[in-house]
Amino acid sequence: MNRLDKFRQSFLWYSFKRDKVAIACLLVLLILVLTAIFAPLIAPYNPYDPEMIDIMNSEIPPAWEAEGGTEFLLGTDSQGRDMLSTMIYGMRISIIIGLGAVALQAVLGVLIGLFAGYHGGRLDAFFMRAADVQLSFSYLMVAIFMSAILQAVVGVAKFGEIAIPFLVLVIGLSQWPQYARTVRASVLAERKKEYVEAARVAGFTSSRIILDQIFPNTLSPILVLSTIQVANAVMSEAALSFLGLGMPIDRPSLGSLINSGFELIFSGAWWITALPGLLLVILVLSINMLGDFLRDVFNPKLYKG
Amino acid sequence: MIAFMIRRLFQALIVIFIISVIGFAIKQSVGDPVRELTGISVSEEERVEFREKLGLNDPWYVQYGRFFGDAIQGDLGTSFFYKRPATEVILEKAPATLELVFVSSLIILLFSVPLGVFSAIKPDSLFSRALMGSSIVGVSIPVFLTAIMMVYLFSIKLSWLPSYGRGELVMLGGWGTGLLTLDGWLHILMPSVALSSIMLPLFIRLIRSEMMEVLESEYIKYAWAKGLTHRRVWFVHAFKNTLLPVITVGGVQLGVTIAFTILTETVFQWQGLGFMFMEAVERSDAPLLVAYLMFVGIVMVGVNTIVDLIYGLVNPTIRIAGVK
Repeated sequence: MNRLDKFRQSFLWYSFKRDKVAIACLLVLLILVLTAIFAPLIAPYNPYDPEMIDIMNSEIPPAWEAEGGTEFLLGTDSQGRDMLSTMIYGMRISIIIGLGAVALQAVLGVLIGLFAGYHGGRLDAFFMRAADVQLSFSYLMVAIFMSAILQAVVGVAKFGEIAIPFLVLVIGLSQWPQYARTVRASVLAERKKEYVEAARVAGFTSSRIILDQIFPNTLSPILVLSTIQVANAVMSEAALSFLGLGMPIDRPSLGSLINSGFELIFSGAWWITALPGLLLVILVLSINMLGDFLRDVFNPKLYKG
Repeated sequence: MIAFMIRRLFQALIVIFIISVIGFAIKQSVGDPVRELTGISVSEEERVEFREKLGLNDPWYVQYGRFFGDAIQGDLGTSFFYKRPATEVILEKAPATLELVFVSSLIILLFSVPLGVFSAIKPDSLFSRALMGSSIVGVSIPVFLTAIMMVYLFSIKLSWLPSYGRGELVMLGGWGTGLLTLDGWLHILMPSVALSSIMLPLFIRLIRSEMMEVLESEYIKYAWAKGLTHRRVWFVHAFKNTLLPVITVGGVQLGVTIAFTILTETVFQWQGLGFMFMEAVERSDAPLLVAYLMFVGIVMVGVNTIVDLIYGLVNPTIRIAGVK
C-alpha cells in the first residue's frame, strides 16, 4: 500500500486528475489494448480461419451504407473477411510489434546509454557517432532498407512466416539511438552528483553504481520517451506493411490492411482503407497525447540532446 | 575551425566507406548476376566461363576493391531489369524526387514560419492553441493515409486533381521538369502537400519552442527596455536567432523526408527514386538497390556535413567541444 499512497501524492497523479484530455486518452487506449488482448473473445469472426471466410461476401460495405448488411457491421474486405474482426486482430499485431520493438530498443539503448555515458572515452565516442549517423538517415529509412534487403535475401514467402519477430528486430534496431542519447544525457548529469561519488568511495563496482544508483534516476525521461516511441514504432510498422515490407495479407496488421484496400478505393470501396486508417490514427494519437502530457509533467528536454 | 572541419570531413568519409561496405555486402547476397544477365539457353560451361569473366570467383576483398573503384568513378553496376547502368537510371529518376522534395519544402517554409512565429508571440490566443492541438493530430496521421484520403477526395469524389504520374514534362537538358507546365503543377500539388503534412507540424512546433525560448532571454528584455517596436524585437532580434537550430533540424529531417518520399511516391505512382526503389525491391534488382542506397547515403552525408560545417561557422562553441 505504501507505494500506492506515494503514487497518489505524486505530482503525476495530481496533474493527471486535472487533465481531462489525458484521462480521455488513457481510457481510449485502455479500451483499445483490452480489445486487442481479448481479440478472440470480442471479434465476431476469426479472420485467420478459412472456414469462416467466404469469397462471395467480399467488399460488402458497412452496415450504415445502402448495400450493407447487419451480418458484417463494418463491411468486408476483398477476400470476404469481416472488417471489424480483421481490424481487431490487425491492431493486436500492430500493438504486439510496437511494444516488442520498444522493449528491444529500450534494452539496447538504455544499456548503451548507461555504460557509454558512465565510462566515456572511446566506447562512448564510437556509439554516439554511430547514433548520429543512424539518426541522420532517420529510423524509417534504416528500417525500410533493412526489411527491403532482408526480404530480398530471405524471399517473400519465407518472410511472411517470420514477419513479426523480424519487424520487432528491424524497428528495434533502427530506433535505439533515441534511447541511448536520452539516457546518456541524464547519466552525464547524474555522474557528477555527490551520491555517485559517495557510492564510488564506498567501493561499489561500477556496474552496481550504474544499475542500482544511476539507472533509477534516469527513469522519468525513459518513461516519456517510451510512450512516444511506441507511437513511432506502430507508425513505422504501418509504413513498412503499407510498402509490402511488413506483415503479409493473410495475417494483416493495420498497415497491410490499408495497403490491401488502397487499390480498391478507385472502385469505391473506401472502408477497407479508411476504417483501419482511422483506428490506426486513434491508436497513435492517444499514445502521442499521453506522451505529450507526460513530457509536460516531467519536462525533460528530450529533443535538445 | 580547420581542425573541426577536418574532423568532420574525415567522419563523413568513414560513413561513406561503411555505406559502401554495406552496399557491397547486399550485392553479394542478393540475386545471382550470372543468372540475371544470361538467358535460359546458355549452357553450363558458358555460365562458368561468364562467372570467371565477371570476376565472381575472385576473393571478396578483390571484388570489393573493384566495386569501390568502380563506384568512385560513378559506375554502380548494371540494373538487372533496365539492362542499363544503374547510375543512369538513378539520374533519370532523380529530378522527379528532387522536385517533389523542393515543392514540399517550399510549402513547409511558407506555412511553418508565420504559424510558428505567431503561436510563439501569442501563445495564449485561441488560434495558437488550436494550432498546437491540430499539430499533434497531424503528426499522428501516417503520410500514406493522408495521401490516400486526398486521392479519394480530390481525384475520385471531386475529380479535381489527377491521382498519379507527373503530367506533362518539359525537358531541360537531361532534366525532365514538371514545374513549367500547369498540368505538371496540378500533378505535383497533392504529392507535395501529402509529403509536407507530416513535417509541417514538427517545424511549427520547433519554431514555436525555439522562438519562445529566445523571447525569454536577456537581450530580448534589453531590447524591450530600449523601447524598440514590437515588430523590430520579434522579427529582427528574436526571429534571427531561432533560425539556427531550425537549420540544423532541417538538415537532419532531410533523411526523414527521403524516407517519406518512398511512401508518397508509392501512393501517387510518382516516377521518382522512391518508386524506383520499391520496384527494385519487388524485382530483386540488387545493383539498382545498392545504387539507390549509395546515392541516398552520399546525398545525406553531404547535406549533414555541410549543415554541421555551417553550424560550426556560426556557432563557435560547437567547434571546441566537437560534441553536440
